[in-house]
Amino acid sequence: MSGVPASAFLSLALILFCIGLYGALTKRNTVIVLVSIELMLNAVNINLVTFSKYGMMPNITGQVFALFAMSVAAAEAAVGLAILFALYRNKKSVNIDEMDAMKN
Amino acid sequence: MENAWIIPLFPLLSFLFLLLFGKRFKESSAYVGMLLTFASLVYSLLVLFERFSSPTYKQEGVWLTIGDVQLTAGFEVNQLNALMLVIVSLVSFLVHTYSKGYMHGEERFPVFYAYLGLFTFAMLGLVLSPNLLQTYFFWELVGVGSFLLIGFYFYKDEAKAAAKKAFIMTRIGDVGLLIGMILLFWQVGSFEYDAIFAAVAAGEVAQGMITLTAILIFIGAVGKSGQFPLHTWLPDAMEGPTPVSALIHAATMVAAGVYLVAALFPLFTASDVALTTIAVIGAITAIFAASIGLVQTDIKRVLAYSTVSQLGYMMLALGSAGYVAGVFHLMTHAFFKALLFLAAGSVIHAVHTQNIEEMGGLWKKLRVTGPLFLIGTLAISGVPLFSGFFSKDEILIAAWEGGHPILFLLAVIAAFFTAFYMFRLFFMVFTGKSRSEMKNVHESPSLMTLPMIVLAVLAVVSGYVNTPWFGTFLGDWLVEGNEALGHGHVEGPAWIMIVATVVSLAGIYLSWLIYGKKSLSRNWLGAQTLYKVLYNKYYIDEFYSMTIVKVTKGFSHFLRYIDTYLVEGIVLGVTAFVQTLGRLGAKLQTGQVQTYSAVAFIGLAILMVIFALTGGYL
Repeated sequence: MSGVPASAFLSLALILFCIGLYGALTKRNTVIVLVSIELMLNAVNINLVTFSKYGMMPNITGQVFALFAMSVAAAEAAVGLAILFALYRNKKSVNIDEMDAMKN
Repeated sequence: MENAWIIPLFPLLSFLFLLLFGKRFKESSAYVGMLLTFASLVYSLLVLFERFSSPTYKQEGVWLTIGDVQLTAGFEVNQLNALMLVIVSLVSFLVHTYSKGYMHGEERFPVFYAYLGLFTFAMLGLVLSPNLLQTYFFWELVGVGSFLLIGFYFYKDEAKAAAKKAFIMTRIGDVGLLIGMILLFWQVGSFEYDAIFAAVAAGEVAQGMITLTAILIFIGAVGKSGQFPLHTWLPDAMEGPTPVSALIHAATMVAAGVYLVAALFPLFTASDVALTTIAVIGAITAIFAASIGLVQTDIKRVLAYSTVSQLGYMMLALGSAGYVAGVFHLMTHAFFKALLFLAAGSVIHAVHTQNIEEMGGLWKKLRVTGPLFLIGTLAISGVPLFSGFFSKDEILIAAWEGGHPILFLLAVIAAFFTAFYMFRLFFMVFTGKSRSEMKNVHESPSLMTLPMIVLAVLAVVSGYVNTPWFGTFLGDWLVEGNEALGHGHVEGPAWIMIVATVVSLAGIYLSWLIYGKKSLSRNWLGAQTLYKVLYNKYYIDEFYSMTIVKVTKGFSHFLRYIDTYLVEGIVLGVTAFVQTLGRLGAKLQTGQVQTYSAVAFIGLAILMVIFALTGGYL
């Protein structure tokens, strides 16, 4: 583990984040958008863990924080999916283009 | 006398009371007005009698302090004020009484009485004012009162127009008064009459400035008293109810101008130019209005022009330094002109027309009004032993002694005209045969005739307070303790009285020949053009509408274009700009969350690029 440089972890996190961002901004299916957001969150988690190990002052805080972020993300995914269900019941669609109630 | 301030408050109370509760009282609101004005009258009489034996009373309190200047408010009871109080409250009370009969059945009866109260309050307040500022307040309040009263029948277009005309024409004069007042304040540093007179007497004000302010103030009087260039509102104001005409055009509003000149008399006497201006305007007005009165066919309009003419007389007297003559005529005129207006109202009440061509032979039908009208006519014509004779004689003497032979001649001719047209009116209304179908011609109720009888008595006897034969009590009293006002009585040549008598009798005789005996043709004027010119009042109204009104209208059209195109264009431009901006902003709100986040991300990216390029320093 120690043989892998920090930049590799950070690059992985960057790639994950970019994929997540791309998905969140371009996909039409709301479920995919939610999944992409999870990807971005996980990219952040990788960053947190990386810096808790290779940072200026390595300590356990970053890993604890990553655990917190995961549990919050789980809760968020649950709430997000619930909202999506409610929307689906109303609109009979999960297409994000049709969710424009805030227009104008 | 210490409580003289309460006199104007009675009518004010009547006004407020009727305004609030008039609807509930209906026609009995007349009693409220009558009672309260009667209280004013009684108190005015008490003040007048007290004033005979005691000096001028003046009480003031500081109203405003602006820097070093103190503006005061209060009241003053001098001879002129005490006399005016009685005249105004008496005529007002009689008009209140008369209106009870005349306005019977009028829907807005309580409103009428409320307006009467307001007007009387304004006029009584005006004559009690000890300084110019207060005078100006009440002066404008009188204007408001007259506007309301003249426009009382506001559903008639003529009445509406007449009310507006009266207000605007007098306002033109008021501007002069206001400027004169401000100039005086600038020069003297006080609005107080006493302070102004003292400064003028001490020569603290430049001669040119005195003349200027005096003439400016006189312009105010010209507007209010219907003098020559601004007289056109007065005949039109006949659209108001007839009792109003008696109140406004006999004793109060039009007398306010004369009163103002009399109250500021020491200022005017300090400038010969101002005095001459007053005398000339007065004389022109007297002869000018009298000549129009010769051919008018509306009973009230004839009386209106005679009022204008008589006011011209008073101005002529004041301008010829005849203070006593002017005030004396103001008093007698108030009585006989109020009588004539009320009698005319009684005639109109009986026959329901104002056109004298349609009247005639009413003497037998109106056994009370007829003789009363005759008394008024005799008084205004200056027939010996009636009040008008003595006061007109005083004026003629003043004009003669004033050293203006031409003005004297004009006054004599005007006296001839007056006698002629007043008796023309009398003969056409009361003698001969009725010229149209008259049904139900009946005498007015006693409520209307009683005030007329009171006025008729006064029209006869009020002249005797100041005669060359039995002593000049009024004149001596008026000028007592004030040299600036001139002498109580001016001895004039005896032939003036004879001339005045002959002239008025000649006018009556000629009138009788034409309209009574009908031995002379009614087309005595011969020249149709002259008749037309007179009948159309010298085309003054037409002249005004051709010149001043047109110019003003053109100017206001021009201003309207500026308003619609320039001002409104700018306003529209601003709103259009803001709206476009708003619409653009609204377009950004697509509701697409992904677009929002894309924009946010791009923004963040740009910021980061800048951050990276500048190395963290910005």
